[in-house]
Amino acid sequence: MSDIAAANPRRTPFVMKHPSVVISIGLLALFTVGVTVLAEGFGIGVISTSFVKTLGKTLCLCLVALAMDLVWGYCGILSLGHMAFFGIGGYAIGMWLMYARTEIIVVQSLAATPLPPTSQEIADGIATQIFGVVGASELPPIWAFAHSLPLQLAAVVLVPGLIALVFGWLAFRSRVTGVYLSILTQAMTLALSLYLFQNDSGLRGNNGLSGLQNLPGLEAVPQSTVSMWFFWASAIALGAGYLLCAWVVSGKFGSVMRAIRDDEARVRFLGYSVEAYKLFVFTLTAIIAGLAGALYYPQAGIVNPAEIAPIASIYLAVWVAIGGRGRLYGAVIGAAFVSLLSTWFTGGQAPDINLGFYTIEWVDWWIVMLGLSFVAVTLFAPRGIGGLFDLITDRRHPNRRGAPLGPDQGALQEKEADT
Amino acid sequence: MTALLEVSGVSVSFDGFKAINNLTFQIAEAEMRAVIGPNGAGKTTFMDIVTGKTKPDEGHVLWGEKSKSLLSMTESQIAQEGIGRKFQRPTVFEDQTVAENLMLALKKSRGPFSVLRFKPAKTDQDKVAELADEIGLLGALSRKSGELSHGQKQWLEIGMLLAQDPRLLLVDEPAAGMTGAEREHTTDILVNAAKTRAVVVVEHDMEFVRRLGCRVTVLHEGSVLAEGSIDHVTSDEKVIEVYLGR
Repeated sequence: MSDIAAANPRRTPFVMKHPSVVISIGLLALFTVGVTVLAEGFGIGVISTSFVKTLGKTLCLCLVALAMDLVWGYCGILSLGHMAFFGIGGYAIGMWLMYARTEIIVVQSLAATPLPPTSQEIADGIATQIFGVVGASELPPIWAFAHSLPLQLAAVVLVPGLIALVFGWLAFRSRVTGVYLSILTQAMTLALSLYLFQNDSGLRGNNGLSGLQNLPGLEAVPQSTVSMWFFWASAIALGAGYLLCAWVVSGKFGSVMRAIRDDEARVRFLGYSVEAYKLFVFTLTAIIAGLAGALYYPQAGIVNPAEIAPIASIYLAVWVAIGGRGRLYGAVIGAAFVSLLSTWFTGGQAPDINLGFYTIEWVDWWIVMLGLSFVAVTLFAPRGIGGLFDLITDRRHPNRRGAPLGPDQGALQEKEADT
Repeated sequence: MTALLEVSGVSVSFDGFKAINNLTFQIAEAEMRAVIGPNGAGKTTFMDIVTGKTKPDEGHVLWGEKSKSLLSMTESQIAQEGIGRKFQRPTVFEDQTVAENLMLALKKSRGPFSVLRFKPAKTDQDKVAELADEIGLLGALSRKSGELSHGQKQWLEIGMLLAQDPRLLLVDEPAAGMTGAEREHTTDILVNAAKTRAVVVVEHDMEFVRRLGCRVTVLHEGSVLAEGSIDHVTSDEKVIEVYLGR
């Protein structure tokens, strides 16, 4: 039995087995240090504060792309609703930011009155300030915990998690799969954004929550410093998220996930409850998306229902597809590359192309180009940008699917045996 | 003799076509049984019913000492009860290595949380290597199973079935696409497995069935046509008429 012992893979440390994780985290750290040195807040000021915010937001988008890769690239669930969880995370933290800052303003303005203001007066003042824009002057019940940072932080995790848990339980239990599940998640997203668009939803309708870049009580701190705080927080969240995802997909759990993606029915016959696994992954990734959103929107300054619209989740799928699904760094590369490129094109920085008879204005044509590249990637390079790394590592495998079932004369072809 | 699996009066029809018609079938612990029958006799549907893939219109499927009904269980629960199935088409996870495939199948706790914390112990690794050795894939443990030849995939799937350590093995055409020597090895593995557990083999190949040397159940049009030793059923006139004498 000596050859059996020899065949046993020696125990190698996690980092040795997954060099891509080490490289990715290393690059992220380098990037963070580089931006810190170059930015206005603590460095030499080559990078503007608004660009630091763009980079910080990009890191959050990379984090939600990781979540999408986990649920789609590894587990085969094409969810077109994860940006809804992202938006909910933004709303949850935004409620506290807005409430706490408005409270400070109201208390200050009432301090000038001869009599000290009652708590009722303060509450009314806050409600009028926040909800005057939608013609209401009372705080809706949904704002009951908005005064408390810990409770709203808990909501960042709990609300997306619970929605995903309930929705996933209903969908997976009924064995809704494939394109039908995608449509269902789209419907969920659409319903949520339509609900939030209403003025009486209690979240300021289409105005959304604004002024989120101002941290309550820290008005004196310049935005150049605040932007760095959020940039660092986003970098740490992305690093931690990457490690978590790498840990989840590397072990036996990852093996089960990929097995579910490739042949769900077979996994059931091995005794695994496919539904439980899908629900776990769906909920976990919804929580990651919520956290990413909670870091994103304070940097964006505003969250409104348009952010939750179905198109946002479709973009997310496009990023992951272009970056290369089924590998974590692919999702990060895709999200960073496409969203930064998108910022460049739609920001008016890209030079228009004058064809003589027609001028291509990138602000309008970028979306067309993105759509075409998505189609091209899907058809011709299903491994996406990440697939380029395979050229270096030479990871190529023959695909024998569809081969004859055996050497026997008249052996069934795969297709016949399927029926 | 108590039955491990007891199928009684089961019928199922698809769009009016009776795939299984009042089928009754029993198998004891540590018994080998071959199920033969022409195409469309309901062999695969029978397996689908036992493994929970298809729910019958009527009848009972009872399992184990406590005669639990399998009909209300999901596929994964039935598999956890100890019923393993090998498909006709080799269905291994092509994107994963041979070792990963075997580790997936290895009899362990199947819940998401325990799988998340799972770390293969030395004994698990040894077990995987031992199984790989038995199916002739020891040298291929770290290869992706998609790279394997068709015959090797068949072996891998048999290995995965053994790794599950089921009390009942349902094996659909295990020898399809195998060479003579490979067939013999498959026979040995199955006969060996049947010493400690029940094995049901669905097979077209009469020679293969003869080598198994076990009781044979002949299915025809969804119900049992004959049952007994291979010599008994091959001399049965009805069997000759519908199956052998074609």
